Amino acid sequence: MTDMQTPLRKIRGLGAAREGTGHFWRLRVAAVALIVLSLYFLGFVISLNGADYTTVHAALAQPFAALMIGLFVLVGLIHMRLGMQEIIEDYIHVEWQNLVLLILSTFFCVVVGVASIFALLKLTLGG
Amino acid sequence: MVALTLPKNSKVGQGKTWPKPEGATNLREYRVYRWSPDDGENPSIDTYYVDMDDCGPMVLDALLWIKNKIDPTLTLRRSCREGVCGSCAMNIDGTNTLACTKGADEISGAVKIYPLPHMPVVKDLVPDLTVPYTQLTTIQPYLQTVSPPPQKEWLQSHEDREKLDGLYECILCFCCQTSCPSYWWNGDRYLGPAVLLQAYRWLIDSRDEATGERLDNLEDPFRLYRCHTIMNCTQSCPKGLNPAKAIAEIKKMMVERRV
Repeated sequence: MTDMQTPLRKIRGLGAAREGTGHFWRLRVAAVALIVLSLYFLGFVISLNGADYTTVHAALAQPFAALMIGLFVLVGLIHMRLGMQEIIEDYIHVEWQNLVLLILSTFFCVVVGVASIFALLKLTLGG
Repeated sequence: MVALTLPKNSKVGQGKTWPKPEGATNLREYRVYRWSPDDGENPSIDTYYVDMDDCGPMVLDALLWIKNKIDPTLTLRRSCREGVCGSCAMNIDGTNTLACTKGADEISGAVKIYPLPHMPVVKDLVPDLTVPYTQLTTIQPYLQTVSPPPQKEWLQSHEDREKLDGLYECILCFCCQTSCPSYWWNGDRYLGPAVLLQAYRWLIDSRDEATGERLDNLEDPFRLYRCHTIMNCTQSCPKGLNPAKAIAEIKKMMVERRV
């Protein structure tokens, strides 16, 4: 121990964050929702295999289909963001790299989410 | 930190091959990790040949045979030699276990022995366990009560006592702790399976009155939630316990108290 700190000081560190359960629970709730949503999404895509633009457009203009696919994108992105956080916290231990990656991962999910919802709205509501 | 390659001073080299004992017919090859803090050399693997007709059946018997008859400098911890003290925990044939309860006949080919993984080495097979022991003290592994003490002992129903089965048997050998990849990468902040199993042992003790405070101290993305149910802990436990299940039960309690 060259830094003269006791092991207990290091282990106690900054104390317990008193959170983490919310993250744990949200990740699992999203996973349960994704079982249904991703099955629906897969079925939807397979049923439209080889269809032309007008058919796809008409299928997506159905409110239920648009809602389910919008939910699939949103819940999927939330799940991805939470999962990426776990991976980054596991493996990246340089503090600034950790922070930068977490922020980039949030930005990525927001951009992909907004773009997907915009595209979906355009298809559903637009002409 | 994730370490895919060993640091330069930890690269393991080829060590000495000790001569076979004379006149022995039933030989067994042992390859043992050696490192001394005194000579400035990198670790190396020494090869020994043990006369199995002159030696007990367990890996610990063979290590002590080597120490007594071939190389007295071989350094290891051992005490009870019957699986209740946890001193002789080491990595044998790729799995963390107790040398005293692991039979040499359970292993095919040469018996390869290393210290517990990812811990600083004091010498040869002796790891420095300061960090896990310190982590154990932070979960306060003793009964905590507020109510006035009873005239005699704190009482517990048979059903509540049964909840401690599979937990109280832990001997703190840290085989599970040092088998956990999450603990390798985040051992400074993640408490690890052995310590969390102890934490759960006090969380579900019906006599303990500090359950909430105990959960507060564990509720942390690193202290508890680095567990990703990898299950190495359960697989390596030489006492057949299930630390992964204990950790899952703690997570359930965490959710239970907020939903």
